[in-house]
Amino acid sequence: MTTRAVASAVMAAVLVLATACGDQGTDNADDGAVLTLWTRAATESVSKAYADAYNATHRNKVEVTAYPNEEYPAKLASAAGAKALPDLFASDVVFAPQYASQGLWVDLTDRLAGLAVKDRIAPSHVRAGTWEGQNYALPHTIDLSVLLYNKDLYARAGLDPEKPPTTLREFADHARKVDQLGGDVNGTYFGGNCGGCVEFTLWPSVWAANGDVLDAEGEQATVDSPEMADVFALYRALYEEGVAAPASKDEAGPTWLGALRSGNVGIAPAPSVWLDALEQQGLRLGVAPISGLTGGESTFVGGDALGIGATTEKVEQAWDFLAWTTSDEAQVEVVAKNKGVPTRTDLAANKYSSADPRTVLINGLVAKGRTPYARNFNVSFNDPQSPWLQTVRGALFGDAGKALADGNSAITKSLQQG
Amino acid sequence: MSTTTTSRPTVRDTPPRQTTPRTGRRLRALVGAAYAAPTAVMVGLFFLVPLALVVWMSLNRWPLLGKPKFNAPANYSGIPEDELLRSAAWFTVKYTVIITVLLFVVAFGLALLVQHRRPGVGFFRTAFFLPMAVGFASASLLFLGFLSDEIGPVTDLLSWLGLVDGYVSWTSGSPDSALASAVLLVLWRFAGFTMLILLTGLHAIPPDVYEAARVDGANRWQTFGRITLPLMRPTIALVLTLMTTGSLLAFDQFWILTRGGPDNSTTSLVMVIYREAFVRLDLGSAAGISVVLLAALLVFNAIQFRVLRRRSS
Repeated sequence: MTTRAVASAVMAAVLVLATACGDQGTDNADDGAVLTLWTRAATESVSKAYADAYNATHRNKVEVTAYPNEEYPAKLASAAGAKALPDLFASDVVFAPQYASQGLWVDLTDRLAGLAVKDRIAPSHVRAGTWEGQNYALPHTIDLSVLLYNKDLYARAGLDPEKPPTTLREFADHARKVDQLGGDVNGTYFGGNCGGCVEFTLWPSVWAANGDVLDAEGEQATVDSPEMADVFALYRALYEEGVAAPASKDEAGPTWLGALRSGNVGIAPAPSVWLDALEQQGLRLGVAPISGLTGGESTFVGGDALGIGATTEKVEQAWDFLAWTTSDEAQVEVVAKNKGVPTRTDLAANKYSSADPRTVLINGLVAKGRTPYARNFNVSFNDPQSPWLQTVRGALFGDAGKALADGNSAITKSLQQG
Repeated sequence: MSTTTTSRPTVRDTPPRQTTPRTGRRLRALVGAAYAAPTAVMVGLFFLVPLALVVWMSLNRWPLLGKPKFNAPANYSGIPEDELLRSAAWFTVKYTVIITVLLFVVAFGLALLVQHRRPGVGFFRTAFFLPMAVGFASASLLFLGFLSDEIGPVTDLLSWLGLVDGYVSWTSGSPDSALASAVLLVLWRFAGFTMLILLTGLHAIPPDVYEAARVDGANRWQTFGRITLPLMRPTIALVLTLMTTGSLLAFDQFWILTRGGPDNSTTSLVMVIYREAFVRLDLGSAAGISVVLLAALLVFNAIQFRVLRRRSS
């Protein structure tokens, strides 16, 4: 054999090997693909923390892009219309049934069935990502509604900072006492011009009283129930008495956190994720579950669901990331370490949460809370032009009886719209 | 001694044309078509094709993904029953009338103020036009911040002057205050731009006409009513068309500043289209409303042009 022939044979062998290695790489879900992940600004930090941890230990790279909350649904709809959805995209969990019904996510039913931890993933989120028996999304972040109270204002008002209210009536009494401090201090604060804020913070009181606002299929509203009327009446009284800050009537969401950050609000229902942000402002806060008029406790299990974009060609790689987010490593070392709520029910108690009893309390509420399910949730409840917001405004600041009766019909009609 | 002579400009002899008149006309037509082609392609690609698509979309049930299904005239027949759409249409017309009148009066006033060259007038012209440099969405956010009782200075300033007492919500306290906030924003943002167009029209009026009027003893009002206004008609027609079209398509100011509230009182027609497309995810219905709005705009502009042109002639 000549030298040239030997060299050719070696080259051919190298080429075959290289090709084989390449094939092996593309067959593997962690093959160095670059994955795009879209999320809304509200949960951007958690998505980025997931991506950073995944990128550090995998060949695939996840690139997170966040959009302002209000613009996000339109951005997704535009991308879907152009058949250019990202590889992965998160959604406010209450919008998940709508996206699943529109086929914007890849069907994950078989993949989820093969996941070892499938029975330990937050069930209300899994249900939200299910449409006609098929699973399309998994929980990405969990945000719960809780009562946050200012311990310093409690002490100044003569209340015990270690004894939060256990009923909604007690919550109102505490707010009234703090409000008596006068000056810039207000007893409470709520988003009276924000449908999403009101459902997030007032519905748990209805659930805690064994009432409901929607049927299981999300096609029939029951906002005219006595339980809902009682809750509205209580907040209405707080507003009329001047215990709730006057800006509550116009709070559409953007300045909600800012109002609590001022440190002049005694006690208010709010997202659990704000605890850390508010304490960084120097506030000393206590946490309590949201209760019903005479007792019980519940929460709105909000946050984001994450699915694989229906137009992606990197389904395996995207699933590799999605499945990884449910792992112990991601849930404990990414979520719990950053004071978040794990999306796995078996990890509610972990080495990080045990350091703060408030975090233990928050994590424990996941099992008691609910995530409402309706295909037309956004258009019926969250949108500024939704019939729910009109109902809320009437119930809190107008003719309450008429608003609840008319609102119930209008919301039901909206829920059933094709 | 030098002499200056003037001579007629020499006319260059042009070589005799080799082509027949018909060929020349065809050549000129071809050159003309070549000049117009890029614009025609752009208009076709970015206006006519999307327009045809929207019309076709309005005749179908159009999912975000998947195949559309012909359902005409369902996307049109539901329009009269839509209560939100009806209230939005009424509000949009009301807003258009208010903003057209106010913006025209303010802009014309500003244009007359800075019409003549005098010390400092350049500064005022620039100052009036400056808000136009701020993007409309940014301007809306700026106003949202200014008017906010939580973070803005307006309420504090008015309280200090003794004009308001306690908490005031400018952008969502009442339908009137919300509308007034949006109108104020639009006046601030667009008065300078409209002023500039009107100023161009004012400068196009020959000074001799004014001089003749002065010689004839006309006072200021007579000059304004008999000379300025009639000669400004083409410019006014342009400004009114721009203002009414822009107002009927209003979106940003209400989307950002008032979110269509309180109680849907400032929800505009385009906000309803946005809601149909991106909240309900019903692209067919959104396309149907868009086509109806486009037809209304065409009719409105045709009437406006016909009336104003007749007056001009």
